[in-house]
Amino acid sequence: MPSALINVPPKARRGDIIEIKTLMSHIMETGYRHTEGGDRVPRDIITAFSCLYNGVEVFRADLFPAISANPFFTFTTIAMDSGSFEFHWTGDNGFSETASAPITVE
Amino acid sequence: MRLFRAIAAVLLAMAVMAPRSWAAGIPTADRRSGFSFMGPDTQAIQNDDTSNPGMLWVKDGEALWNARAGAAGKSCADCHQDVRAGMRGVAAHYPDFDAAEGRPVDLEQRINLCRARHQQATPFAWESRELLALTALVGAQSRGLPIAPKADGRLASFIATGRDLFMQRQGQLNLACANCHDDNWDKRLAGAPITQGHASGYPEYRLEWQTLGSLQRRLRSCIAGIRAQPYPYGAPELVALELYLMQRAAGMPVETPAVRP
Repeated sequence: MPSALINVPPKARRGDIIEIKTLMSHIMETGYRHTEGGDRVPRDIITAFSCLYNGVEVFRADLFPAISANPFFTFTTIAMDSGSFEFHWTGDNGFSETASAPITVE
Repeated sequence: MRLFRAIAAVLLAMAVMAPRSWAAGIPTADRRSGFSFMGPDTQAIQNDDTSNPGMLWVKDGEALWNARAGAAGKSCADCHQDVRAGMRGVAAHYPDFDAAEGRPVDLEQRINLCRARHQQATPFAWESRELLALTALVGAQSRGLPIAPKADGRLASFIATGRDLFMQRQGQLNLACANCHDDNWDKRLAGAPITQGHASGYPEYRLEWQTLGSLQRRLRSCIAGIRAQPYPYGAPELVALELYLMQRAAGMPVETPAVRP
């Protein structure tokens, strides 16, 4: 399973704006490169990323070949309730990874 | 006589004022990590472990550290225990002399020798994800510690070889490493700063490579850049160069896994 690094503040006050950072391991092969023999290297990228906060989608992104390897996303949301963040990455060749991180809201 | 003395005085003044002579290298007070040549955005990537992509390899390395491998069925942890304690400061003195091989070996070679001798496993290929991951994991345990080459007399001739290679002009562009990294590090080559070439953060994540890479990979692409024939991975010349670079960077903090443009 490819590595992912997730940074969600473990604790927050209700109503706080919190920053979430995710880094996913992926080669993001564009599909535009060729081998020395002239064969095209097939595209292999992540195509979609989403984040659910207690089941509600708070962030979504579509990814394209120009996005660099090991895509890094940082975004903010408002701390509402204790619970968990779920992260989903899907892509070419059946790539599908999930990760989650808990948060305590006081 | 007075004229002779005046000429001598001028020559002496020139010698004193000469900013850097290639034989002298870079004065300790002027040494700078490649980090300080980067823009603030790239520095920020390295400074935060959740944005530094090199940490993905460190994380992979932790899994490999605890995984049994080879005919001996041993993991790295079976001999070296917790990597945080057992490997602290180790990378800061590599390349190191290996008595059985009779020559210095770099950290990648040490890991593969460990695999062959103690795990009875096949060595990892150069630049493979596994080898980079374990090297990054071990390297990261020295992060912040000063580079501390061992005072080992058996290394002396190899250091001298590395220094000679560093100073030797080669390739179609007829450039030595020293021509850029000792003599012209305060200038730019096209748009990019020429750095001092201190190998303090390897294996490092280069944005250009879109992946982690070893110091040997960096040296090979530098050698290709001066239009010379790169030495193959694992060549004694590359290890000698690595060894000289570590003497040159002695005392600078280890940054593994560093991020560079």
